[in-house]
Amino acid sequence: MISFSPTEEQQMIVNMVKQVATDEFRKVYREADESGEIPAHVVDTAWELGFISTGIPEEHNGLGGERSAITGSLIAEELAWGDLSMAMHTLCPALVAYPILEMGTPEQQSKYLPAFCGDKYKPATAALIEPRFNSDPCALSASARLDGNDYIVSGEKCYVPLAADADLLLVYAAENGSTQGFILEKGASGLEVGEREKNMGLKALPTYEVTFKDCRVPQANRLGGKDGCDFNRIMNCSRVALSAMAVGVARAAFEYSRDYAKERAAFGEPIASRQAIAFMLAEMAIEVDATRLMTWEAAWKLDRQENATREASLVKMYADDMVVMVTDGGVQILGGHGYIREHPVELWLRNGRGFATFDGMAII
Amino acid sequence: MIDFELSPEEEASVKMAHKTAEELLRPIGRYYDEHEHESPQELIDTMWERRAEGSRDPLGVVGALRIEEMCWGDAGLVLCLAGPGLGGAAVFASGTQEQMGRFLKRFGEGKPVWAAMAMTESGCGSDTSAITTTAVRDGDEWVLNGEKIFVTAGKRAVEESDGFVVVWATVDKSAGRAGMKAFVVEAGTPGMSVEKLEKKLGIRASDTATIVFEDCRIPYENILGSPEVRKLDKTKTAGFQKAMATFDATRPIVAAQAIGVARAALDFVKEALEKEGIEIRYGLPRQKLTAIERDVMDMEATYKAAKMLTMRAVWMMSQGQANSLQASMCKAKTGLAVTKITQKAVELMGPLGYSGKYIVEKCMRDAKINDIFEGTGQINMLVVARRVLEFSRDQLK
Ligand SMILES: Cc1cc2nc3c(=O)[nH]c(=O)nc-3n(C[C@H](O)[C@H](O)[C@H](O)COP(=O)(O)OP(=O)(O)OC[C@H]3O[C@@H](n4cnc5c(N)ncnc54)[C@H](O)[C@@H]3O)c2cc1C
Repeated sequence: MISFSPTEEQQMIVNMVKQVATDEFRKVYREADESGEIPAHVVDTAWELGFISTGIPEEHNGLGGERSAITGSLIAEELAWGDLSMAMHTLCPALVAYPILEMGTPEQQSKYLPAFCGDKYKPATAALIEPRFNSDPCALSASARLDGNDYIVSGEKCYVPLAADADLLLVYAAENGSTQGFILEKGASGLEVGEREKNMGLKALPTYEVTFKDCRVPQANRLGGKDGCDFNRIMNCSRVALSAMAVGVARAAFEYSRDYAKERAAFGEPIASRQAIAFMLAEMAIEVDATRLMTWEAAWKLDRQENATREASLVKMYADDMVVMVTDGGVQILGGHGYIREHPVELWLRNGRGFATFDGMAII
Repeated sequence: MIDFELSPEEEASVKMAHKTAEELLRPIGRYYDEHEHESPQELIDTMWERRAEGSRDPLGVVGALRIEEMCWGDAGLVLCLAGPGLGGAAVFASGTQEQMGRFLKRFGEGKPVWAAMAMTESGCGSDTSAITTTAVRDGDEWVLNGEKIFVTAGKRAVEESDGFVVVWATVDKSAGRAGMKAFVVEAGTPGMSVEKLEKKLGIRASDTATIVFEDCRIPYENILGSPEVRKLDKTKTAGFQKAMATFDATRPIVAAQAIGVARAALDFVKEALEKEGIEIRYGLPRQKLTAIERDVMDMEATYKAAKMLTMRAVWMMSQGQANSLQASMCKAKTGLAVTKITQKAVELMGPLGYSGKYIVEKCMRDAKINDIFEGTGQINMLVVARRVLEFSRDQLK
């Protein structure tokens, strides 16, 4: 039965997340962007909502709830509406937890999953993007080859969030032409975390360049063991997560500039009384909604375990463009004031511009 | 629960519409494009007999999906099929039980019959409050005077069947919008005549008529909604609100039609590329996509965006939820989306795109109307803007 209404339970979750986004993220987002640091209590508060542990089975100390990409999209949108850096920080451990949960061997699951179910935030991350303009998740330069009982991973990665603090790092590398994941623990030899990156946006989220110099990974740590992983699905889960976040960032910019346009007067009336401004806002509202609905449809496909490559790729591409159009519109509607770092719209534009780059930096 | 699944019966119903489109509409679409004002009588009769097929869920999501499929076949032909159309929708949105019985019964029996809706005049289209057609009460009757243009299915409703036209007229010019009322004028009523059929860029199988009313007398009971003019309370523009209520129902349906045209063009493009061995590599980073892959993915994503907004608007309506904002959102998005998609298809298909031998150039011509009727793109943007800003029409003109 076709329906566009979230369940009561999903609505409750959304309200809860929105509360945290409003009371925690929105209170400190500017300071965090300027200082490059997210106060620990903010992430802890979000962690307490148990986004990741909910979906982990009880035998691994999780809550044994159902993991749903639709619910995940709803959560990701609200968190990103609060602040994108904080949303990505909060959900970063899922980059390791979810692939193991879905595709890990029983040993990988019992070894690694319980750590994601504790009261304390578990720093873990994944390394996918490579520092060249045509970085391609399905044709990576980083390589993995079997040598005795170990894999040898080498290559360079960038935009690895929280790499310096992560206890676990899932690195993706090309193995005989397909992309596979390898689980590394902190301090693995050959794993070198470089300097913290200085990016246009996402400034509150520490990201790093990471180099793998003939890094030895035990065979048992190949994601999914002998069978390997379904990398396509990982990418699709990521595309949907990022699309949902793009909707959150865009919605923030739309709401802020709408309210501003109703207040700000020029030539004797609110600027929103002029079609040039009003139509921008109408378009922003339409595109935010359209992208959200497309995200839901792709998430729905993921939940049915169907191949969602087409839907997920299309919505991701659409969302990448949409969020730039909307956040740029936000800056434009505020005029010169939009360019000043007192209003949040310039921050949303900087963050929004990144979505086309953020391959694999969030997952549902 | 957010869900996009069709039940097996629903899916079968949509498939059946596609089959009909493929077998009955596609093959004759070009002929009626080239022979404007000729009537596809056989198709009309066949579809009239089969009208029960899709009537189980006419205004629901499945109904909208069926409309998309049919218009994938040919939008002009779909617009000329018999049925309640916009006139019926107006009665449905604002008629009393008695009126619904009296006016809508005919669509379930007898010979093919049409109902049209006449709002637009030569002096005003978007600005519906400026209409000059008048309705004056005279005892048990209303007397209508004025001229309406661009009435879809106007000729079929009043000359070729026992149909009717819902005519918008003012009962009190000084009252502005509050004085606007809708009247049902039955086919064959003296004083009503079709003066002209337009020649158009596209949807040529659909008749677009000028209808003149000269001392046209209709029964008093044929007014839809209350005859009262509520001048005192400016916020209660009851007559006008009825027109808007009709739009909430019809805009998503028009959007569904438009989406079908866009998909016809998109499917053509994809097939042509496939024939040349060009594959759309979904999932490739955009820096690696070819220009044509980018274009096709853009078209497809835009099509999806429009479709999702449309399905939502229709779904809300079927749930009895207020959907004015969503109806205008989907119409504004869709009108522009299908215009762009079909124009891009002509561009991408090169010599095949521009040629009258293939469907793409026709899709482009057929698609454009969707950014114009049932509220132009701009008018729908205006509605969306007012709603998201919570602005009155005085605050945002
Ligand atoms: C094939 C066809 C079938 C039709 N069928 C019907 C029918 O069945 N019944 C019926 O009543 N009408 C019908 N119409 C009429 C149609 O609804 C009108 O043409 C349409 O509403 C636009 O009105 P207009 O042509 O007078 O343009 P105008 O109102 O003169 O508009 C001209 C341009 O100005 C823009 N504009 C107008 N006002 C504003 C504003 N406030 N802000 C910004 N831009 C504005 C418009 O968007 C448009 O781009 C049909 C038209 C066609 C072509």
